[in-house]
Amino acid sequence: MTRLLATCSRTVLALAAAASIASAAPQQAAAPKPPANDDCLACHGDAAAVRADGRSVAVAPETFAGSIHGMGGVACVSCHADLAALAEYPHADKLQPAQCATCHDTAVSAYDTGVHAQARRSGGNLAAAACADCHGSHDIMPSSDPSSRTHHARLLDTCGRCHGNEEIIKRGRIEIGNVVDLFRDSIHGKALIKSGLSVAPACTDCHGSHDIRRKTDPASKIFRNTIPGTCSSCHEGIGREYWESVHGTQVSKGSPLAPVCTNCHTAHEIRRSDVEGWKLEVITECGTCHEHSLETYRDTFHGQVTALGYARVASCADCHGAHDVYPKADPRSTISDAKRVATCQQCHARATASFVKFDPHADPGNRERNPMLYFTAKFMNMLLLGVFSFFGLLTALWLGRSVQLKAAGEWRRRRGDDSTEDGE
Amino acid sequence: MSAQVPDPGRLPAHTHYRRFSREERLLHGFLMFSFVGLAFTGLPLLFSHEPWAATLARFLGGFESAGTIHRACAIVMMGVFTVHLSRIVRRLFLQKDLTILWGPTSMVPQPRDVREMAAHIRWFVGAGPHPRFEHFTYWEKFDYWAVFWGMAIIGGSGLILWLPETFAYVLPGWVFNIASLIHGEEALLAVVFIFTFHFFTGHLRPEKFPMDSVIFTGRVTVKEMEEERPGEFERLRRAGRLDELASAPAPRWVYRLGRTAGGAAVVLGLLMVALILFAILT
Repeated sequence: MTRLLATCSRTVLALAAAASIASAAPQQAAAPKPPANDDCLACHGDAAAVRADGRSVAVAPETFAGSIHGMGGVACVSCHADLAALAEYPHADKLQPAQCATCHDTAVSAYDTGVHAQARRSGGNLAAAACADCHGSHDIMPSSDPSSRTHHARLLDTCGRCHGNEEIIKRGRIEIGNVVDLFRDSIHGKALIKSGLSVAPACTDCHGSHDIRRKTDPASKIFRNTIPGTCSSCHEGIGREYWESVHGTQVSKGSPLAPVCTNCHTAHEIRRSDVEGWKLEVITECGTCHEHSLETYRDTFHGQVTALGYARVASCADCHGAHDVYPKADPRSTISDAKRVATCQQCHARATASFVKFDPHADPGNRERNPMLYFTAKFMNMLLLGVFSFFGLLTALWLGRSVQLKAAGEWRRRRGDDSTEDGE
Repeated sequence: MSAQVPDPGRLPAHTHYRRFSREERLLHGFLMFSFVGLAFTGLPLLFSHEPWAATLARFLGGFESAGTIHRACAIVMMGVFTVHLSRIVRRLFLQKDLTILWGPTSMVPQPRDVREMAAHIRWFVGAGPHPRFEHFTYWEKFDYWAVFWGMAIIGGSGLILWLPETFAYVLPGWVFNIASLIHGEEALLAVVFIFTFHFFTGHLRPEKFPMDSVIFTGRVTVKEMEEERPGEFERLRRAGRLDELASAPAPRWVYRLGRTAGGAAVVLGLLMVALILFAILT
């Protein structure tokens, strides 16, 4: 059976339009009277109804009657429009696809701009979802109904039919892979599935529904520089902080480098920010741009302890802030001269102005920034090099001589003859 | 105590000379124990980027537990240092014993050390006779001063890093950066030096292999004395003081304890050197 094109719009207007088309159809069709739904169900209502090749063409009458289209009195031929003018029954096996756009033109044209339609059109990728793949066909319910495939709480299963199915992911060449599995364990996934929160985001909250676009598409809700806007539709307060910050300001100027939400939090695996593993991973995330700062951080006790896998000591955000990062010169910055003591006092309760002269990113190679450290490091390097080379050489010579004498039996001779004290 | 009966078969009585006092041996024991503890709990931080460092830190019960062990060992070592200093003060000022400042039994470097080192190197290359060493050789003095300087520097910087908020009352914060660097580098120097050069000269060179127990038993055999320190042997013989040092072999349990503790320290030390080399070379 050809793929049904259908869409779910729960607006009364759409229903009314569908109903009016259904009732208007008989007047327009001049010659043969279009079949009524009961006529269709006379054959298709039989659960055993099959087409020539044995595939089922059954439509359970009560299922259709309970669907939004059934309740709205939509005629079969409203969607299967090519049967409206047919006189001979049973009709041919091959029909035109159901035309959802007849009523749902807004949704369908939005769909046409999206990644699914694009994949079907340009790549001929028929694994990509069409209307019925998400909405169903004869059993479509409004998305407000908990039993609907497109109900908020069921979206993960609906999208997961493809995006959580390894075989389809492979066949449909879905680059991101099994994203449903990633999402399930995320803070959003847990809130949605375990806690059943209606405010937790499901797929469509970030991706849109009909006009799901690639992240490279500037019109996409998940286009890089649009992401902070998408996230702050829920995380409003953090969004405000972020847009003010040095990162947010850069992103709003169109910077392709400054981080957006997903750079630190990831897209589908978002975890609680107080989880140890995440706190440690985000350090390397900051380090992808702030490479040198990560290097110097790793030279300090803070950086060494976090490198060992313990998050109890200061990491980037503890000193610099998370969403409200500002340049040091900005008085709002947590590491500004005015605020630094208070920042250090979060852990070092007795920190003073003298205490905060410690440089958490000291660089022994930077003579301007850390002159004393620079010379100390030079001295220590020379000391280590000197001691190791001198005693390394001494040990090597000594070992060589000892081995040689031992081989020659010299030591045995010396031990046997107490009078030979100098060994030569 | 039956355990104190010496092994008559292997170590006949009155064939030994006393070299280290019980107090000195105990001090070395505590020093050794705390040094290995400090090294094991400090290395993970210094090599935190190495996979083995995280494993070692987990083995030590996490970074907080490793830190607690580190500070406990530091207290032991500071105790050793304090006792040692007080012994020097006692000998110098109460007993007016100036032989610890100069002469054959002093740790202070002297011209003869330079001459002996040069002679030793000539002997290495077969260009001269073996030097006739005295009570302390030049490398033993270097070992001593390296550890002395190390304890002061590493201990001092470690104390600053232990109590930064307190030290910030008298020191500017950037000193912590320097303390941090010195603490790590000097510790690396000490660890590698002790676990390679000290182990080689003391235990692992063919003449001593697998180990020399003198620091645990406090005694050397007559033969060892004559062979290794002919200078001292000759001086004492002439002064007629050899008999003062004559001693029975140490009790058997002391040998056993020394071999066990010393052997464990050598194995652990060489393991640490291997880990460090692995980190540096990869």
